[in-house]
Amino acid sequence: MATVAAERLFGKSIKRREDPRFITGRGQYVDDLKIPGMTYAAFVRSPHAHAKIRKIDTAAATRHPGVVAVFTGKDMTGVNSLPCGWDLRKEKKIPGVIQDLAIVPHMPLTSDAARHVGDPVAIVIADSHEAAVDAAEKVQVDWEPLAAVTITEKAAASGAPKLHEGAPGNVAFKWEIGDRAATDAAFKTAGAVTVKKRIVNQRLVANAMEPRACVARYDDATGELTLWVTSQNPHVHRLLMCAFVLGIPEHKVRVIAPDVGGGFGSKIFLYNEEVVCSWASRKLKRPVRWTASRSEAYLTDAHGRDHVTDAEIALARDGKILGLRVKTTANLGAYLSTFAPAVPTFLYGTLLNGVYAIPAIHCEVTGVFSNTTAVDAYRGAGRPEACYVVERIVEAGARAAGMDVADLRKKNFIPKFSGAFQTQVAVVYDSGDYGAAWDRMLQMLDYRKFRAEQEAARKQGRLLGIGFSAYIEACSIAPSKLVGALGAGAGLYESGKVRVHPTGMVTVFTGSHSHGQGHETTFAQIVADKLGIPIEQVDIVHGDTGSVAFGMGTYGSRSASVGGTAILMSLNKVIEKGKKIAAHLLEAAPKDIDFLGGQFQVKGAPGKAVPFGVVSLTAYVPHNYPEGLEPGLEETSFYDPSNFCFPFGAHACIVEVDRDTGNVRILRYLAVDDVGNVINPMIVDGMVHGGIAQGVGQALCEGAVYDGQSGQLVTGSMMDYALPKADMLPMYETDRTVTPTPVNPMGVKGAGETGTIAATPAVVNAVVDALAPLGVDHIEEMPMTAQRVWKIIQGAKAR
Amino acid sequence: MYPAAFDYHAPGTIKEALDLLGKHKDDAKLLAGGHSLIPMMKLRLAQPKHLIDLRKVPGLSGIKQDGNMLAIGAMTTHWEVESSSVVKSKLAVLSEVAALIGDPAVRNRGTVGGSIAHADPAADYPAAMIALGAEMVCEGAKGRRTVKVDDWFKGLMATAVGEDEILVEVRVPVLPASTGAAYMKFPHPASRFAVVGVAAAVTLDGKGACSKASIGVTGAGTKAVRAKGVEAGCTGKKLDAAAIEAAAQKAADGVDVQADLQGSVEYKSHLCRVFAKRALTEAVKRAGG
Repeated sequence: MATVAAERLFGKSIKRREDPRFITGRGQYVDDLKIPGMTYAAFVRSPHAHAKIRKIDTAAATRHPGVVAVFTGKDMTGVNSLPCGWDLRKEKKIPGVIQDLAIVPHMPLTSDAARHVGDPVAIVIADSHEAAVDAAEKVQVDWEPLAAVTITEKAAASGAPKLHEGAPGNVAFKWEIGDRAATDAAFKTAGAVTVKKRIVNQRLVANAMEPRACVARYDDATGELTLWVTSQNPHVHRLLMCAFVLGIPEHKVRVIAPDVGGGFGSKIFLYNEEVVCSWASRKLKRPVRWTASRSEAYLTDAHGRDHVTDAEIALARDGKILGLRVKTTANLGAYLSTFAPAVPTFLYGTLLNGVYAIPAIHCEVTGVFSNTTAVDAYRGAGRPEACYVVERIVEAGARAAGMDVADLRKKNFIPKFSGAFQTQVAVVYDSGDYGAAWDRMLQMLDYRKFRAEQEAARKQGRLLGIGFSAYIEACSIAPSKLVGALGAGAGLYESGKVRVHPTGMVTVFTGSHSHGQGHETTFAQIVADKLGIPIEQVDIVHGDTGSVAFGMGTYGSRSASVGGTAILMSLNKVIEKGKKIAAHLLEAAPKDIDFLGGQFQVKGAPGKAVPFGVVSLTAYVPHNYPEGLEPGLEETSFYDPSNFCFPFGAHACIVEVDRDTGNVRILRYLAVDDVGNVINPMIVDGMVHGGIAQGVGQALCEGAVYDGQSGQLVTGSMMDYALPKADMLPMYETDRTVTPTPVNPMGVKGAGETGTIAATPAVVNAVVDALAPLGVDHIEEMPMTAQRVWKIIQGAKAR
Repeated sequence: MYPAAFDYHAPGTIKEALDLLGKHKDDAKLLAGGHSLIPMMKLRLAQPKHLIDLRKVPGLSGIKQDGNMLAIGAMTTHWEVESSSVVKSKLAVLSEVAALIGDPAVRNRGTVGGSIAHADPAADYPAAMIALGAEMVCEGAKGRRTVKVDDWFKGLMATAVGEDEILVEVRVPVLPASTGAAYMKFPHPASRFAVVGVAAAVTLDGKGACSKASIGVTGAGTKAVRAKGVEAGCTGKKLDAAAIEAAAQKAADGVDVQADLQGSVEYKSHLCRVFAKRALTEAVKRAGG
C-alpha cells in the first residue's frame, strides 16, 4: 500500500464542530437578525378559551406612536386556511378510516371566533417592539364569551360546546387498525387472564430553549420574499405557505432556518405568525419581525400527547400474550395542526405490536377538538404513546397473572430476525434482537440482587420499586409511497448534494435540518470517512431553500438514516466520476480504479495513484480529461427509504417513594439501546441522555393543565410547568447493542427519540412496583407528582 | 415581554430614595435584586410608573455582628448570606436557608430585604425569620423603627413597612446556647419556591427537655406564620420521636392553607406536619438532644 488508510471517522466520538459558536454566544438565531427598516409585530390574542368576536376596534392602536399598521383577519382577503398536511378520508382510500377527518378552517387571524386562549385575532406592527406591544393592548375586541371544553374525555360528550360547524360533536375523525374479530376471539380464549386499565398520557409542552420567531422581508424591486423562521423543515414551510395559504409563487420565496435552538417537533409546523408576518411584509413592503415570548410559546406552540386510553390485554396461563385491545381518545386541540391527524393514528397504532409476538391486536382512535392549543408531533410523536400503552398494560397483565414482569416480557419477545417481521398493525420491522438488549440490561442491573434488596427494604417499610420498558420505535421517516397511501400530503425522502471544490474542499447541501442534532459534525464524519479527507475540509450547509435543492427536514429520527443516506449516495456518485477522471490520468480503465484512503489507484498497482485533490482540480481544469465527460465534480441525490427503521432497547428504572410526602426519587436508571450502527457515539449518547430526561419529565413532573371552568392554561410559565431538572436524575448507566438495519447502506436506524419513548413507562412502572406492597397494581395518570402519589398511598388497600 | 414604560431612578443616598418614595408614593416601587418585581413587570402584572433602584444607596449591604444579633443589610444578596463566615459560624441555619433559594444566578442577585419586603407567601426566609425571632429595621423621613417579625407579615405580599418607608436592615439573633435550628422544605417542582417550608429553633434545658421552641411555616398559606400549637406542644417536653410527632400534628393550625396545582388543602396541611416533624427532629439533634 502506498498510503496508510486514514482513521475511520464513522463511529468516532469527535466533538461537535458547531459547539464553539454556540457556547461562545456566536450562534445566529432568527432574533439576532438586524435589517434596515425593520418593523416589529405583536399579536393580539384571545384571553378567552372560547368566544365569539363581535367587533374589533383598532383605531386607538393605530394612533399609538410608532405604529405602522394594524391588521385583523378581515384585512387578509384572499388568504386561505392553514393547511392540514395529513388527510384521513375514505374517498382518499386511507386505510382504517371509520369517520372522515373533519377538515376545519384554521385562519391565520381568526375573525369569527377564538377557540383557545392565545388564538390570534390581530397583528400590530410598529417601529419598535415596545410600541407594538403597547399598542396591542389598545386593540379593543368585543368578545362574547362562550362555554368552553378543554378536557379530552368531555370534548365529544353530548352537550359539549361546539367548536366548528364542520365537526359535529367535536369529533375530528374515527380510525382503526388491526383485526377486530381476531382480537375479540383472542379475549374469549378459555382460561385467558384479561386485564383492562385506563391509561392517560397527559398533554405536554415542547419548551424548546429558543422560542419561535420569524422575520419576513419582501423586496418590492424583485418581488421576492425572504422568510427567516425557526423551522425544522424550511422547504416544507415554503411549500405549505406558498401553495396553500398565501398563493404566492414558490420560486419567489426563500425560507431560511438559521441556527435554531431546539424544536422537539414543535417547529415542524406552519404557524399563524409566520404566515401573517409574510403577508404583512408584502403589504407594507417592509421587513416584519416577531419573536414569541415564553408566555406565547406556552399558549401557541403545538402541544404533544394528550391521549386517554382504555387498554386490555389477554394472556394465556403460561404468560403468552394472546391479544391487545386499545381504545384511545386523542385531543387535537382547537384546530388541525400541520401533521396532527397522523400522530394518534399511523404513528401510534402501528407501534402497538411493540417488541412482542402478539397474535391479535385491535386499536380504535377517536380524534376530538377542544378549546385548547393544537396538538401535534412532540419528540416521539405517537410512538411514545404506543410504547406507554404497551409497556403499562403488559406490566398490569403480568401482575394480574402473578408472573414476574421481566420474565413475562422475555417470554413474549419476537425472536431475533433480520429482513422482515410482519406485525399485526401493518408495519414490517426491519431487524431486531430484542432479547440481546434485554439480557444486557438485566446483567447491568443484577436483577435478582435488586429483588433481594427490595425485599429487605420493604421489611423496613421503605417503598422501593423497579420498572422496565422494552421499547420499539419507527424511525427513518419515511417511504413516500407508503405514507402517501396513508394520507400524507408530502413525500418523505431527503436530498443531499455534494459539491467538491477544485481544491478538494467539500460543501454538502442537505435538506435535513439541525436544531441541536449536530449535523455539522455527523454528516461531515460521513463525508470525511468516505472521501478519506480531513474533516476540516468539509462544510455542511442546511436550512436555506436558496442554497439547498429541496428537503423534507428533521423529525422522526430521520436525519442520519434518510438525510445521511442521500449524502452517501452523492458521495458514491462523486467517487464514480472521480474514478473516470483518475483512470484517464493514470492511463487505466475506470473499472480498474480503486478509491482507498483518499487516493484513486490502479488495482494491484498501489504506486500508480492520484490523490482526491488532483482529481477534483482536474474536474474543474479539464485540460487533460476523459473524452465526453462533463467537467465539474458535484452530485445531487434524493433518497427515499424502502421502509422505516425500527430501533429498540431495554430500559430499567429504580425508584424510592417517600411514604410521607409521595415524592419519587430515581435511584438508578439503566438504558441499553439498539439504534443500529452509530456514526458518532457521543452525540447519540447525548440524544439518549436528553431523551431520558424528557421521558422522566413526563412521568414525574411535566403536564399542561387547563382550568376546567375557564379554559385558561394554568401551567403557562416555567414557574408553573415543571421541566425536569438535573438534580432529579441519577447518573445514567447506558450501553448499546448493535443490530444494523438492512434498509439503508450505513445500517443506521435513528436515535433522536429513543429515550423519550422508553423512559416514561419505565419510571411509572417503577412507582407501581414501589407501591405494590400497599396493594397498588396500576397508576392511571401522570405526572406522578408527590401529591398524586401520596393520594394513591392514602387510598391504597394495604396502607 | 417588555414591561410597560416607567421612569428609572438611582438615588445615591437613603434620603434621596425616601424623597422619591414620598413624591411618587403608590406609583413607585423600590428595586432591590429585582427577581420578583422585574418578572412581574415583564408580564405586566405590575406596572409601576417609577422604579427606585436601591443599589447605589450606600450602607444597605453587608453582614455584621452587633452584640447577640447579626445585622444584615437589606441589599445583602442570598449568596452573601449563604457564603458568609459569620453567618455560617453564628447562625448556620440561615446560610442553609439561603442556599435553598432558587439557583446560583438568583442567589447572586436576589436580596434578603427584597425577599422579606416582597413577602411572597412561598419564600423561604420568612419561616426562618419567624423561627429565629428576627427584627426588621425600617427607615422613613422621621428616622428608623424596628418591627418584630411577628408583626411583620400582614397578609398576601403585605408587610408592616410603611408606604413612605424603606426596609434597610434585618436583625437576627444568633443562636443561644443549647439551641438547634433547621429548615426543611418541600420545593415546588418548577419554581423551587416552598410548597411548604418549616423552620424550627429548639432550646434544650440542662435535663434535655425543650425550654423554648420557635416554629415558622411558609408556603402553605397566604403568608408565613408562627406555628404556636407546635411550639406549645414542644415546650417543657423531652422531644423524642413520639413527642415530636405529637407536637407536629398542630403544624397547619392557624395556617390559611391555599389549594393549588401543587396540593389540596388536605395535602398541604399534611406536608406542614411532615416538615414540622422533620425540621424539629433535625433542630433537636443539632441542639444536642
